[in-house]
Amino acid sequence: MDSIIQVQAVSKSYWRDSFEIPVLNNVSFEIPAGEYLALMGPSGSGKTTLLNLIAGIDRPDKGQISVAGTNIGSLSESQLAKWRSTHVGFIFQFYNLIPVLTAYENVELPLLLTSLSKKERRQHVEAALTVVGLQDRMQHYPKQLSGGQEQRVAIARAIATDPTILVADEPTGDLDKNSADEILKLLERLNTEFHKTIVMVTHDPRAAEKARVVRHLDKGEFKRS
Amino acid sequence: MKIPFKYIVRNLGTRKLTTGITVLGVALVVFVFAAVLMMAYGVQKTLVATGSDENVLIARKAANGEISSIIDRVTADIIMTLPNIAKTPDGKPLASGEPVVIINLEKIGAGGVSNVTVRGVSPQAFSLRPQVKLKAGRMFKTGARELVAGTAIESRFAGAKIGDAVRFAGDNWTVVGTFDSDGSGFDSEMWGDANQLLDAFNRNSFSTLTIRLERPDAFPEFAAAFEKDQRLQQFEAKIERRFFEEQSEMMAGFIRILGIFVTVIFSAGATIGATITMYAAVANRTVEVGTLRALGFRRRSVLAAFLTESLVLSLVGGFVGLFFASFLQLFSISTLNFGSFSELAFSFALSPSIVISSLLFAVAMGLIGGFLPSVRAARLNIVSALRSS
Repeated sequence: MDSIIQVQAVSKSYWRDSFEIPVLNNVSFEIPAGEYLALMGPSGSGKTTLLNLIAGIDRPDKGQISVAGTNIGSLSESQLAKWRSTHVGFIFQFYNLIPVLTAYENVELPLLLTSLSKKERRQHVEAALTVVGLQDRMQHYPKQLSGGQEQRVAIARAIATDPTILVADEPTGDLDKNSADEILKLLERLNTEFHKTIVMVTHDPRAAEKARVVRHLDKGEFKRS
Repeated sequence: MKIPFKYIVRNLGTRKLTTGITVLGVALVVFVFAAVLMMAYGVQKTLVATGSDENVLIARKAANGEISSIIDRVTADIIMTLPNIAKTPDGKPLASGEPVVIINLEKIGAGGVSNVTVRGVSPQAFSLRPQVKLKAGRMFKTGARELVAGTAIESRFAGAKIGDAVRFAGDNWTVVGTFDSDGSGFDSEMWGDANQLLDAFNRNSFSTLTIRLERPDAFPEFAAAFEKDQRLQQFEAKIERRFFEEQSEMMAGFIRILGIFVTVIFSAGATIGATITMYAAVANRTVEVGTLRALGFRRRSVLAAFLTESLVLSLVGGFVGLFFASFLQLFSISTLNFGSFSELAFSFALSPSIVISSLLFAVAMGLIGGFLPSVRAARLNIVSALRSS
């Protein structure tokens, strides 16, 4: 299978005061299209940093990351923003829905960055909310939804633009067991039924179990599995 | 692509207290700003309405106002022989030589005395100024020491009611009537017989001479004849409205400059208020900004969204301030007019240009106040912003 994500010799450090804290150390790997990968590792292992780099919201100090043939390191700030809007669907631990917008409006948000007409946007939003089973909650605000429902709206937002990859940072980290199971089923379905490439960072072994591939990071390097 | 406007407006609604206080701050400054401009415009409007486009006022060239002008009877007679002057039915020139003096009267309520203009007029003065109408009582008799008082004088000064006697120039002058001049500066004057006034003050010269043109467009011809006459070199003829407009400029200019200076200082407070509110908005919505940026909204979209939010805040404040300022039009106040050194009553007046200036002032406060917080929001690092959850 062709790889859709290529990470080549990527290193990344953070600076705290005058101390350099290395987070990723010469990491290389590839993710084939349609993969469902779980990144695991202790806190500070660099898994979220790696996810952020793949999603194009952070830049590596060294190395190169290509997604669907695009070397994202070569893109300017605004090119990268546009790239994210078409290629990346984000799922956050705390859902990150906009509280003043309804479920419908939240899902429509990334579609505003496309050239779709209002009618086409409506079709996309309704389709996405139907996939996550919340077509009857379109006009509800985030505070009127349960945590699990909020995360489903966030997933609908992530898939509304039909992005190349879905990145999920601890998607079940803030949910009870039942809600977490629902979200994991949904992600599994997106992967098997809709062939979405998913990269998920998780601490939760049950979540990792659902992924097809699990990679462990420790101290900025992949552990041999 | 822009961040939806509803996002901006609804966010304002979520923090009602801070939004309300900021709006109030801007509204107060806009209220004061608009009030000052309305005051200056009110003075201008009142004085401009005093003059007519069909009348020509002749005053001494160096005179700053009517009271510092002087025209002797001989000169007045020469002027009345010039062409293009309208005639009365009995063939006399429609003109009024007017001595203008200042007397002191006691103000009602406020205490103290203030200057009041007394204008001596000829019987033709009422044909020259048809807006001046007797409201109560009767007209003064020619040859009698009687006065009629403008409505603003009657209501603001003691002893200016019908039947009262006003003492000046060594004699008692009886108020026999009141007149209304449709909100013009004449409302702040007392009128009497010109000859009686000249007698009482031992004067032989008028202050100004006002004539009516036979046609409204005859001024250039009249002015040409006026300037050609060597005997009139020390005098100047102006359209009456223009004369009073110039009289209003100094007063209105003073109010405007002082008022704007004060409100600009006030506005610093409101602008800082808007800045604090917007910084708080950015701080409260750091994760949202991070999310929007991650989704693909650009820095400039975030900048525009926060600037728009600040702008909406200040515009709402601007409208609120203007709304309350518009009620000032119901009030009439008086102040000392620098042009005539006497009290001038006027109403606050609102004009489209004041509305626009006030709203622009509000917009400026919003833009300046919101700029730094908006820049901060736009410059947030996505990863750090998302991590702040």
